[in-house]
Amino acid sequence: MVLKKSLAVVMASALSLGLLAGCGGESGGSSGGKVIKIATQTPLSGGSATLGESIKLGAQLALEENKKKFEKMGFKLQLVPYDDQADPKKGVSNANQLGADTAVMAVVGHLNSGVSIPSSEVYEKYNVPMVSPANTATDVTDRGLKTVNRIVARDDFQGPAGADFAIKTIGAKKIFLVQDKTAYGQGLADAFKKAAEEGGAEILGYEGITVGETDFNGVLNQVVAKKPDLVFFGGLYTEGALLIKQAREKGIDVPFMGGDGLDSSTLVEIAGDAVKNVYYTSVAADANKTPEGQKFASKYKDKFNKTIESYSAYGYDSMSVVLQGLEAAIKANDDKLPERKVVAEHIRKIQDFQGVVTKVGFDDKGDNKFAKVYIYKFEEAKYPGKQEGEISK
Amino acid sequence: MISEILQTLPQVLVDGLTLGAIYAVIALGYTMVYGILELINFAHGEIFMTGAFVGVAVLFFMSGAGWLAVMPAILALLIVLVVTSLVTGVLGMGIERVAYRPLRKAPKLITLISAIGVSFLLQDIVRFITEWKRGNYIVTGPQLFDSKIGLDFSSIWSHFNDAILKTSSVILLVSAILMMIGLDFFVNKSKWGMAMRSVAQDRDTAALMGINVNKVISLTFFIGSALGGATGVLFAMQYGTINPYIGFILGLKAFTAAVLGGIGNIRGAMFGGLLLGVLEMFASANLQKLTGGVFTAEYKDVFAFGILIIVLIFKPEGLFGKAVTEKV
Repeated sequence: MVLKKSLAVVMASALSLGLLAGCGGESGGSSGGKVIKIATQTPLSGGSATLGESIKLGAQLALEENKKKFEKMGFKLQLVPYDDQADPKKGVSNANQLGADTAVMAVVGHLNSGVSIPSSEVYEKYNVPMVSPANTATDVTDRGLKTVNRIVARDDFQGPAGADFAIKTIGAKKIFLVQDKTAYGQGLADAFKKAAEEGGAEILGYEGITVGETDFNGVLNQVVAKKPDLVFFGGLYTEGALLIKQAREKGIDVPFMGGDGLDSSTLVEIAGDAVKNVYYTSVAADANKTPEGQKFASKYKDKFNKTIESYSAYGYDSMSVVLQGLEAAIKANDDKLPERKVVAEHIRKIQDFQGVVTKVGFDDKGDNKFAKVYIYKFEEAKYPGKQEGEISK
Repeated sequence: MISEILQTLPQVLVDGLTLGAIYAVIALGYTMVYGILELINFAHGEIFMTGAFVGVAVLFFMSGAGWLAVMPAILALLIVLVVTSLVTGVLGMGIERVAYRPLRKAPKLITLISAIGVSFLLQDIVRFITEWKRGNYIVTGPQLFDSKIGLDFSSIWSHFNDAILKTSSVILLVSAILMMIGLDFFVNKSKWGMAMRSVAQDRDTAALMGINVNKVISLTFFIGSALGGATGVLFAMQYGTINPYIGFILGLKAFTAAVLGGIGNIRGAMFGGLLLGVLEMFASANLQKLTGGVFTAEYKDVFAFGILIIVLIFKPEGLFGKAVTEKV
């Protein structure tokens, strides 16, 4: 009984303290300044936890580097990581939670476009600005939400970027296209075809295969007969790997090219040595290519004792963009904490932010004007491929 | 246009026959079970898939133990085929015992649903085990045969291009033909085969003549599933990569082949499989040329199945099937 009572007393006092602290926050407390929370929403559990965690850690690094600056301005930065489990339902419920918390000023996330799209409807409702480090689906920004931004390229730029590289760098003049009849594969192949035709290449064929099938010799017999100097595949790695493998067995040794659907270690596992001379596009740059990126990688390694993943630096840059917008909003508001709506406006206003892997400047939809598509090539049967080039808009 | 089609014809035929041989052997499993039980065993495609996984598992085990390096590839293949056939054969018998026999008196539709249930079950069991053991359910097995043979078709007739044939295709074709001839011989010439045929004709009368019907049905499932499993191994040899969902589309096509040849008829299933494979390969290589670019290879199934529909309109019992007169 005594124990229970004392527990109740402790709880009650904790609660009232919490309330007081809350009031203090509202009325501009003294010690350490007002708390500003920045949330991350990425998958921290489940199949894509490695990627989600790496975005969170990148964001955390940027936040910690900026802590001192904000303390001088009278604010205390705090990171609140949420786990969206790569699940739209979980993402939305987290979004409601963090939207209701008035101390949360912005969100860095998500990894998956499918989660980002419904969750951002909630952010829009609460005016929480979001900067995505990894979403590529066109619908993320095409809905015209004021709070939604991304720093990577859009899906519909991959095809044209690939065509540009294929024609100018690889020197392809006669191209054969194969696609898998899905929205992703056909969309990618169509965009590539259009850009390639405009670039002056001749399209020798445009054929479809069926997802789930394993024998693509029929289509490949056409490729053999037409003798193209590049084969483009719009689709995912499972079919892509088999297609490449069977093509090489038929003696088709021209370069293959595909979108980020081929960006998987399983492609190498299935195709083996056949994967050589295969190009794929990706929206993520290899951070180790630039000196700034290498510096970031070693900082990251020192702090977390982990090597960077493909989106770590994008997490870092997203957070930096958020903080820059926040800083500008605070300054514009006479060094007082602005409303979230104002922060969102200031983030959207950013035009020339130089990050570790990418330059950031948002257009009126929230797409990054400086986003690039990177071309990778498999030179040996090893994942990932080597970054060969970058294409900007 | 004609000359272009002729040029690629040898290669199309070679590829089509290889694919068709796989269809044909799987179609045998469908047609045997249908002949005896009038049941469409939809789980058969999944038995084929399980066979592919069992075969690759055995190969991994053998290469892990260092046996692959010391024995000739053909012997290794033989061991894998035998082990896999036994495993899938017993699996097929087990499925029949658990999922079909208790329902034998129930309406046909109930058994069909039960078969679909079994096929989902097998898919997910295999996926679960593979993911648990290897972390990824797409598996690429060790390759026993990776050489190629050039076929000099151009010397036969100058309009032909040369064709390339993989050694694994040759082995696949030879094994499939051996399996089909063996089965045909077994069903038509042996005592057990006669028992199977009699059960297929009239189960009750066969029982009166002293035939153990349950045993015969078990045997049918054993043979059909063993053949399916063995084909799975050949498939894994030919295409290198397998996943738990390969059985679905292939099973559907094989079932179509069985219907095309006349379901219940073993020779019909063989012919139907080969025909469907060649038609499909021909369509995907030439449909674009034939239609002047209106239809491309993605409509190959429409082409193949269109022919199927035409055949069935004029010959509903299938190419080799016998018209059944309704018993009054």
